[in-house]
Amino acid sequence: MQVGASGSDYVIPASLAEAAEMLTGGPRTILAGGTDFYPALVEKPPTLPVLDLSDISDLRGITAAADHYRVGAMTSWTDLVSADLPLSWRGLQSAASQVGSVQVQNLGTIGGNLCNASPAADGVPPLLSLDASVELVSVRGSRTMRLDQFLIGYRATALAEDELLVAVLVPRPPEGSVSSFLKLGSRSYLAISIVMVAALFAFENGRVSAARIAVGACSPVARRLPDLETALVGRSIDDDLVAMVAAHHLADLSPIDDVRGSGSYRSDAALTLVRRAVADCVRQS
Amino acid sequence: MMTTQITINGSSLEVTANPARRLSDVLRDDLGLTGTKVGCDAGDCGACTVLLDDEPVNACMVPIGRLNGHTVTTIEGLDASGEVQTLQQSFLAHGAAQCGICTPAMLVSAAALLRRNTEPTEAEVQDALGGVLCRCTGYRKIVAAITAAPVPFPVIPAAPSGKAVGHRATRVDGLPKLNGRDIFGADGAPADALVASIVRSPHHRAQFELGDLEAYVDNSSGLVAVFTAVDIPGNNRFGVIPATADQPVFAESEARFRGEAVAMIVAEPGAIASLDLEAFPITWEPLNAVMSTEEALDADAPRIHLDRPHNVLTRGLVQRGDVDGSLNETNVIVEGEWSTGFIEHAYIEPEAGHAVRVTDHLEVSVSTQSPHLDRRALAEILDLEPEAIQILPTSVGGGFGSKLDLSVQPYVALAAWKLGRPVRLTYSRPESMRATTKRHPSQMKVRLAASPSGKLEAMDFEGTFNTGAYASWGPTVANRVPIHAGGPYIYPSYRARTTAVHTNGPPAGAFRGFGVPQSTIAQEGLFDELADALGMDRLEFRMVNALTEGQPTPTGQVFQTGVGFRDCLSSLRPHWERARVEAAEANANGPPFLKRGVGIAGMWYGCGNTALPNPSTVRIGLRNDGRVVLFQGAVDIGQGADTVMTQICADSLGVDMAMIVRIGPDTDTTPDAGKTSASRQTYVTGNATALAAASLRAKLLDLAGAAADAHIDPGADRLVVHDRGNKRTVDLRTLPADDFGLVAVAEATYDPPTTPLNENGQGDPYAVFGFGAHLAELCVDTELGTVRLVRITAAHDVGRAINPTLVEGQIEGGIAQGIGLALMEEYLPGRNENLHDYTIPTIGDVPEVINILIESNDPHGPYGAKGIGEHSMIPTAPAIMNGIRDAIGVTIRDLPATPDTVRAAFLRSL
Repeated sequence: MQVGASGSDYVIPASLAEAAEMLTGGPRTILAGGTDFYPALVEKPPTLPVLDLSDISDLRGITAAADHYRVGAMTSWTDLVSADLPLSWRGLQSAASQVGSVQVQNLGTIGGNLCNASPAADGVPPLLSLDASVELVSVRGSRTMRLDQFLIGYRATALAEDELLVAVLVPRPPEGSVSSFLKLGSRSYLAISIVMVAALFAFENGRVSAARIAVGACSPVARRLPDLETALVGRSIDDDLVAMVAAHHLADLSPIDDVRGSGSYRSDAALTLVRRAVADCVRQS
Repeated sequence: MMTTQITINGSSLEVTANPARRLSDVLRDDLGLTGTKVGCDAGDCGACTVLLDDEPVNACMVPIGRLNGHTVTTIEGLDASGEVQTLQQSFLAHGAAQCGICTPAMLVSAAALLRRNTEPTEAEVQDALGGVLCRCTGYRKIVAAITAAPVPFPVIPAAPSGKAVGHRATRVDGLPKLNGRDIFGADGAPADALVASIVRSPHHRAQFELGDLEAYVDNSSGLVAVFTAVDIPGNNRFGVIPATADQPVFAESEARFRGEAVAMIVAEPGAIASLDLEAFPITWEPLNAVMSTEEALDADAPRIHLDRPHNVLTRGLVQRGDVDGSLNETNVIVEGEWSTGFIEHAYIEPEAGHAVRVTDHLEVSVSTQSPHLDRRALAEILDLEPEAIQILPTSVGGGFGSKLDLSVQPYVALAAWKLGRPVRLTYSRPESMRATTKRHPSQMKVRLAASPSGKLEAMDFEGTFNTGAYASWGPTVANRVPIHAGGPYIYPSYRARTTAVHTNGPPAGAFRGFGVPQSTIAQEGLFDELADALGMDRLEFRMVNALTEGQPTPTGQVFQTGVGFRDCLSSLRPHWERARVEAAEANANGPPFLKRGVGIAGMWYGCGNTALPNPSTVRIGLRNDGRVVLFQGAVDIGQGADTVMTQICADSLGVDMAMIVRIGPDTDTTPDAGKTSASRQTYVTGNATALAAASLRAKLLDLAGAAADAHIDPGADRLVVHDRGNKRTVDLRTLPADDFGLVAVAEATYDPPTTPLNENGQGDPYAVFGFGAHLAELCVDTELGTVRLVRITAAHDVGRAINPTLVEGQIEGGIAQGIGLALMEEYLPGRNENLHDYTIPTIGDVPEVINILIESNDPHGPYGAKGIGEHSMIPTAPAIMNGIRDAIGVTIRDLPATPDTVRAAFLRSL
């Protein structure tokens, strides 16, 4: 087969424009880091033709603009861990360092993690707490969408068949923001999250000026906890913020029973992790 | 196909391949770089770790097509460049490689770490190696080897002459495990071998009808043949125990478990990847499956095997004294029920092998623990004489009991025999998990009685073991558990009953400890409750009741020497006291949601078959070039049999280890040393080795006309004997030699002195028992239910440590499996058939281990040695469970103690 020919089974475009063009010929599996693609193929051959993103160099890396950061879709977990970023990114960096293993972190990408749309995707809660958006490109043009609108359900996204997720856009958080990420797994490494919580806080004049808290692996898509956030914003840092976290703030979660834990356990553990994440952010203030 | 230019191990290569193929497959199959191992194809085990542009990655998740202009370094490249030489030496010296299947990945990952951090801390080593699973070592020696590696580690010197036993000799088979050249089951097939693939039942129980197989073969490009039950020339039945052999090679009309084989497809090597097994012509009619022992024992349950009423495979019983009379109000009585689930062996090497027919001789190269059993089984299936079949065991990438049973053997053998071409078969990870044996799920009811003064009066144990769809080692579990269920303690009255029950689960077979790890959880758990009820210190209660020399076991067996259990317990006393104080301090001063706990548990385990003959035969010869040839049939599955037998041979013969070369295991050339199971090789084959060596020594002295205490010194082409100041030299080239060049040969057989058990289970089932006790220190996060292990202190009576490094390796590896049993492992057929949903401990989950070796000098063991392979894992899980109870005040009776289980137990305790 011809490398790059748009009709062939496995194409490796060298530019975004070329990639978008190739997707006009029908659906393709987009291959980013391969850490979800290959595990799904243990006992079967690939079904769809593949579009391999590895040769598009401007899809990888983190760049800062005046009002936001742009994280290329092919940025690996290791790239994120080793990047020099403000404290507000600590949650995402911590999540990246807890993905699978070093080997997986070297391959797996942030874009792949979002498009795979697993309820247990480690990148999602921290990115929700960062108010991230995604940039989608096709021959029809590009569009930007909030991450919570992009992820529409269990392993489902708003990505059109001819579209590529090319970057994650993270608005500059309030000055002095701090963040936290807590992952509960059944072992030290190579763990799939039972529950995870990401939090981002900003404080102004001794009060909470921003609180963004997201819980993963407890609903088809990780969710923010808006009621809790509202309850915390404006509070004095001297209040017992941890004690304000109540079970009803997590009422919108819908955790399931699976091999890693029961739904009721997940609810219970999520409450604990939210409290600890709040405490961790207060400690950093 | 796509051509890419890749720099592999320093050479620029043009690789033409399907671009979606995994880098791991191209390295192994196209480039012959088989040092990169494949354990899961899913990024879960890390065995395929290579450096891609200097960073470690899972080669199984890298498409070859994207590597144009990139650099790949494998273990072979790191070895050739000398970069990992110090690390390799350190691995050897520390005993950091056991079976060796994960070792290349460990070395590659460590090399990447050491490039940027020459003095890594333990935490940094763990972070760097967290993605590589090891099922043998327990990781501690790997961590030690890497943290020591920056300083050139002193090479372990050769054992002084005559002092090989007891020496920390490095593995005699170690080097190939460190440079990627060791040949495992999937590594050695000829390039043109056909590839077999097995069609398996997707249902727990189903009837099936095969469609038009001829048309399927004709319409599938590259497909050579399909085989089903009708193609078996001999008996379509196998099983490790002849009397209960019941498993078909291919199911005939009904599949009894999910994963049971119904057909085999054989294809040209290039064709199998694109073959869609979904298109195989078969129609399934699912039937009601019986998944639990309660359902199976129900009078209305479907019978899984027509000749086994109530789905009972077998029952076991050991009883003495008056149990019912002792369970009265004058004694303190406690009781409880426990359960455990299926446990997967999860060796990192899935089952693999290949077969080659050479005229009327069939050579089967396979990863196996039991070559002679394999040969007998294949002869029966293929209707051949055993002599027509040669089993050539490859290196075994972990066995732990499951590779005692047939897996790929009948398939590659049948296809190679029928087609006259080499045939290979490697199980995928999900296939390995679905199709092969598991640890028996157990349900155990235990009652204990003790006098108010704290003396045990009686135990009543009833265990139901789910043996799955086929017998495998079910009878062995049912027979071994009743003997061991009381632990190494003195009981005036004792009754232990077991039932092995068929279900439509996977066949449960042998797994490190044959049911004793399960029963010990219940027994040692209830001991703590009894000690508490008596108001006694938990360790003291065990000391008071410990089995000693001269006291009968529950089968009435009395040992006059070699019972080192009390020594194990007393060696733990200072650790117990320190740990209890530390835990109390931590609980008084730490955050209230963290609870420290300390647990202790004892164990015993009989070495070798239960009350059955269990011989090993070893042959040793002197070759005419002056080398001693050890025909060593005890398969080394990583535990170190090759090294141990060489050490024993050296001292018994009176030569240096360096003079000894090994041949085998190979059923054509090595005598039958039995199977690698039941912790029997060091004891049984070790004895045969010592006897054969002593016999050869006598022959050589005779040859030289020297006295019994003379020193023999084989050298190049000659034998020098120093006899009381006289030096005699025998020119070996002048002597008549056999086909192997041997000028003198001796063979010896050892069979443990045991007696059959009577109807009450009374008798001497084992000649040797090993004893041990573990102390677990841990911390429970009561809000999340997570358990962090702080330290395990392990005391074992090993009789005599032939090689202390190898013994410690067995202990640490057993501990890691015990941790998995206690905290995270349960195989759920159809739900977690992979190594990310089925979790085993990683390098971060095994805490510091303190080893205490007790040498009681067993009268039967070679140089006093006992087995340790299974013993090591038995007390770990009970010690952990008791530690959790100590921390949170409530017993968890249904394992594993996953976070949700622990949290629920804690909430119940409030």
